Amino acid sequence: MKNEPKGPRPRKAFSPGRIMLYSILVVAAIYYALPLYIMIVTSLKGMPEIRMGNIFAPPVEVTFAPWVKAWDSACTGLYCEGLKVGFWNSVKITVPSVIVSIAVASVNGYALVNWKFKGSEFFFAVLIFGSFIPYQVMLYPLVIITRELGIFGSLWAVIFVHTIFGMPLLTLIFRNYFAALPEELFKAARVDGAGFWGIYWKVLVPMATPIFVVAVILQVTGIWNDFLFGIVFAGQPNFPMTVQLNNIVNTTQGIKEYNVNMAATMLTAMVPLVIYFVSGRFFVRGIAAGAVKG
Amino acid sequence: MNSIEIRDLVLRFGKTTVLQDLDLDIEQGEFLVLLGSSGCGKSTLLNCIAGLLEVSEGQIFINGRNVTWEEPKDRGIGMVFQSYALYPQMTVKGNLSFGLKNAGASKEEIEKRIKNASQMLQIENLLQRKPAELSGGQRQRVAIGRALVRDADVFLFDEPLSNLDAKLRTELRVELKQLHKRLQNTMIYVTHDQIEAMTLADRIAIMKNGFIQQLDSPATIYNRPKNKFVAGFIGSPAMNFLEGTLDCTGEPHFVVGEAKIPLAGYEFSQNLEGKTQSSFGIRPEHIVYGEEAQKAPFNAKVTVDVFEPMGSDTQVWAHVEGQNFRFRIDGRDKIANGDEMLIGFDPACASIFHGETEERI
Repeated sequence: MKNEPKGPRPRKAFSPGRIMLYSILVVAAIYYALPLYIMIVTSLKGMPEIRMGNIFAPPVEVTFAPWVKAWDSACTGLYCEGLKVGFWNSVKITVPSVIVSIAVASVNGYALVNWKFKGSEFFFAVLIFGSFIPYQVMLYPLVIITRELGIFGSLWAVIFVHTIFGMPLLTLIFRNYFAALPEELFKAARVDGAGFWGIYWKVLVPMATPIFVVAVILQVTGIWNDFLFGIVFAGQPNFPMTVQLNNIVNTTQGIKEYNVNMAATMLTAMVPLVIYFVSGRFFVRGIAAGAVKG
Repeated sequence: MNSIEIRDLVLRFGKTTVLQDLDLDIEQGEFLVLLGSSGCGKSTLLNCIAGLLEVSEGQIFINGRNVTWEEPKDRGIGMVFQSYALYPQMTVKGNLSFGLKNAGASKEEIEKRIKNASQMLQIENLLQRKPAELSGGQRQRVAIGRALVRDADVFLFDEPLSNLDAKLRTELRVELKQLHKRLQNTMIYVTHDQIEAMTLADRIAIMKNGFIQQLDSPATIYNRPKNKFVAGFIGSPAMNFLEGTLDCTGEPHFVVGEAKIPLAGYEFSQNLEGKTQSSFGIRPEHIVYGEEAQKAPFNAKVTVDVFEPMGSDTQVWAHVEGQNFRFRIDGRDKIANGDEMLIGFDPACASIFHGETEERI
């Protein structure tokens, strides 16, 4: 027989299954990309062009004025300084919150895996239970706590609250990551005379880069996008970008400037987007690495 | 003075007792192997000696010093793990010097010790590499080196060769033996591999369910196993057991079905009278066949059921008085299924175990 099977099995370039798959993917991609497209297009149009109503049409005359206005001079409530104030407030909230919450959670996770104490499992269970409680329930008690601590209405209050609410999830992912590392490594380090902090800094932290990246992504996006804690705890001069964005979009004086609103929204979403684009690869890898063993 | 003394050691995890009233004395410079199947408590015992597990009761002495409450680093031990446990982000040199840096050794001292250890283990040209760039054998050498630089009195090995392939394992086994000969340190070595145990040990402790079943030289353990468990555990292929009755009414002999095995030359460990239900154990390698079998004190005709050629020799499976029986013949001998063979053995090489206590008779 001439055509008897030999070597690699031939594959059709476009099998029905493939065609189905790709068409679904294309439709899904359009579904998610279309709003983004409309936002970009609208933010680059002038108001007269927007009023014509062709929201899918590309701008006839490209203008960056709405972006400049959103950043520099849009009115948020009484102040007309644009989003830049909120941007810097968000940076001031996000950076310390991310650092503090990750530092505490990673040490937590490390201690829960390697230095088990009486009741450590119970402690961990309580911590995990915390992630099932809706934030809103804790809001009022936290207002009182921060008031008693004398930090209510300051950046410190927001940082404090973000650190607390980051704890359950972050501790969980750090605990799982450290639990997946071979226990013998920890034993070897103990025989080598390293103590609690020696093992943490010199042995475990250098091995935990992927999970630190994951934690940074989770926290940066989570804290940057937060609206509730910002508006409750920060106090008027410290409102983060999200709160200011809301003020820009929802307060209407005269005409509704769709192009400015779109530009402002894009500016606010920029930081998490950039983080995802830069580190998406790490994100997937880290989540998988931490999830193998619990 | 004993290098290590363990007194009435008990270890419990919650309600399960892993080690029960364990006593062990290890001499200075001795190579002791803890042998047993998984879950017998051998690694747990090693971790207790290292100080990585806190004991529930009892004491541990190293060089006459009570170290029961001491941290691992203060016990004067070096430890090698099965998974190598090298710090992946450090170079080989970093791995070797980590313990010394923690102990606050001077730079010259660190350099000197690393040089010594790396020469001894032939890893000098690997010092700048990361563990990921090393082969399995090289990694285990570095792990041994890490124990070596600590200048420890006692080396603890936790199945160090189990992750290596068969060829490397044999090579490193010999190297370990040479290393011990050179250093003359006390070494405790945990393994489930009986070949490693037999070849390396001065004494072997065979463990089961947290108890030491027998602690003796490899030869004694092989030739005069204390109970049926030890007899069945040591030796490959495993010992043959024929269930029957020991008859000491007259001239002692062992009765299996129709056959009567005379026991002239067998060294009894217990004085028994009358008839006792017991097992007669004989190692496959002690069974002779053909012409030699005719001269042996006991012989029997068997039919070949199955045979497994292994090159140097062939393992033959047969039945004696309806009970499974295997023996070895020269690999060059021609054999076929269903062949009739005459086999025989000298009862002086045998081991007889009590039917109930399973202790050696």
